[in-house]
Amino acid sequence: MWDYTDKVKDYFFNPKNAGVLAEANAVGEVGAIACGDALKLMLSVDPVTQIILDAKFQTFGCGSAIASSSALTEIIIGKTLDEALKITNQDIADFLGGLPPEKMHCSVMGYEALQAAVANYRGETWKDDHEEGALVCKCFGVDEGMIERTIKMNKLTTVEQVTDYTKAGGGCLTCFDKLEEILARTNAQLVAEGILPEHEAYRIGAADPKKIKEKAKAAKAKPVLVELSPLAPSSPLPPPSAGLTTLKKIKIIEEAIEELRPYLKRDGGDCELVDVDGSNVLVNLSGACVGCQMASVTVSGIQERLIAKLGTPIRVIPVGRAAH
Amino acid sequence: MKPVYLDNNATTRVDPEVVAAMLPFFTEQFGNPSSIHAFGSSVGAAVRQARGQLQALLGCAHDHEIIYTSGGTEADNTAILSALETMPDRHEVITSKVEHPAILSLCEHLEKTGRAKVHYIGVDAFGRLDIEAYREALSDKVAVVSLMWANNETGTIFPIEGLADLAKEHGALFHTDAVQAVGKVPISLKDSAIDMLSLSGHKLHGPKGIGALYVKRGVRFKPLLRGGHQERGRRAGTENASAIIALGQAAELAAKHMAEEQTRVKGLRDRLEKALVQRIPNCFVNGDPLDRLPNTCNIAFEYVEGEAILLHLNRAGIAASSGSACTSGSLEPSHVLRAMNIPFTAAHGSIRFSFSRDNVDEDVDRVVEALPPIMEKLRALSPFWPGAQNDSKEFKPVYA
Repeated sequence: MWDYTDKVKDYFFNPKNAGVLAEANAVGEVGAIACGDALKLMLSVDPVTQIILDAKFQTFGCGSAIASSSALTEIIIGKTLDEALKITNQDIADFLGGLPPEKMHCSVMGYEALQAAVANYRGETWKDDHEEGALVCKCFGVDEGMIERTIKMNKLTTVEQVTDYTKAGGGCLTCFDKLEEILARTNAQLVAEGILPEHEAYRIGAADPKKIKEKAKAAKAKPVLVELSPLAPSSPLPPPSAGLTTLKKIKIIEEAIEELRPYLKRDGGDCELVDVDGSNVLVNLSGACVGCQMASVTVSGIQERLIAKLGTPIRVIPVGRAAH
Repeated sequence: MKPVYLDNNATTRVDPEVVAAMLPFFTEQFGNPSSIHAFGSSVGAAVRQARGQLQALLGCAHDHEIIYTSGGTEADNTAILSALETMPDRHEVITSKVEHPAILSLCEHLEKTGRAKVHYIGVDAFGRLDIEAYREALSDKVAVVSLMWANNETGTIFPIEGLADLAKEHGALFHTDAVQAVGKVPISLKDSAIDMLSLSGHKLHGPKGIGALYVKRGVRFKPLLRGGHQERGRRAGTENASAIIALGQAAELAAKHMAEEQTRVKGLRDRLEKALVQRIPNCFVNGDPLDRLPNTCNIAFEYVEGEAILLHLNRAGIAASSGSACTSGSLEPSHVLRAMNIPFTAAHGSIRFSFSRDNVDEDVDRVVEALPPIMEKLRALSPFWPGAQNDSKEFKPVYA
């Protein structure tokens, strides 16, 4: 079990400010249930003084995620929005007497929820991950902006730290080169600004991706899921569709895939119909679906939908676009 | 309050009778069993007796088919590497996606070093092996098949004897990691097609650091460790005599208590499972409902995260384990639950309770009493929990 401080344990077992804030006029939501942690932060802000009068949270996650969320609310109540915006994830971790390195991303989640809530109050759209520069880690949907910001704020100097704080690289680690490049570039900036001693800055080639991969081998991809329970009893087949012409069949398949695309797009993926070959439906999965460890779930989900619509057993086969 | 230990698939308490059996071999009968003098020969006799006790539990034809090892992991490594070495014309291995890391890490290493091509056979939502895929993977290129008898996380049992028969049709060796099965389900090796079997002492109320590999007579074998004639030259190194004697005693006790595992222990497990599923909405049992270890219960609770549950249970004096990512330090939930396509939403909140003959009725009562309020508390914290209006027993995952 983790070596949590007494304060982490206290804030986990007796969380302060947990629950729904009915009079909230600012709400920030970050994370996703599929990623293993998510936080909804609700604030009541005095419109005249801009002081945070009350704050509550709801968190799905481990002990340190719940403790970090609760700590965040304790820190910000009574502060003005501008004061609150100066709070970093390190402040949250410090408030709790420290967090295990692998759990630092829990404090980053608190930081992000606060940024999102303030943006929400001010009628701005908080720039979430996908809108800040290129998506670097496809597994967890982490972009360049978030990585840069976290490196600067926490003066990170190793690729492992970047993974601990942002989850980026915690999956397939094909983004290793990119992480290295961002880390080296951001460290160089910190050195130029006199914030980081030069000898501590990361140099490209210093880390061994194989070693990191071993640690991070247990990668958790951001899954692309359709509403489907693998344990739900398979629905009885609808009446057979012997009368369907091939054209009609393709039309139904097209429609069904169109219906599913919004779900996939929400997670940064996409799917298009490539061909229908007898009972084989060839599809092209793209975006975040590529390399996603949950792609097989997606495929079986699509397959189940199509079988339900067509009333005849078919196989959905993911193919590369180039192959056809 | 007495702590409740429900993590017996991780390790078990050493039976006091086992401790009593092994103690004299530290201070009084400390001889080396290979020595010719009296100090050694009495120990040698005790080691032979232990071999007989283990033979009885496994139902194997000869006691020299048993090779003592340092545990399940060494037995697994020895079996696969020996098979590849003795079958130089065959370069493929078949295993499953849900094996213990002792097998999976080795297979990954074999692939990476180009020593073998490995087929990883998948499972269905209940954790049952995809037998069609297994049949397709079998060929005369396969040196060894390694499939676990029972899964450590879900308790799902593979039809091992039948799977071994299929391997035989292609002349492949068949190994099974039976670390979780030995002592919990009846095993009879002498009439089976199983060539090799791994077991571990500390999973059956024996000490840690001792295990065994069964190698059927006539199966060609290459040792992992060289350096001495012990175990007929198949495992060098002075015998860990006290632990071997303890393993023998543990095996005899396991045989004696086998019926109890299938009746009383299973009864405890079933009662816990039924009570939890009844009292806690949005949860379901992982694993094969029809063919599962009698002691293992793996339940997925939606909308909550496993580590948070375990921390609360621990405070209530209850020890269990989780397939959640956060408890292990990795970022992903268990490879077993993922192979079963259990959605992340539920895999994150999967808890394993594993019983043994040490458990009593009161242990079940304690969990049944403690868990519902913990779940209520954590779900009240969760932004995804739809609240009191959702009391449906039906599992309908809602994804982010």
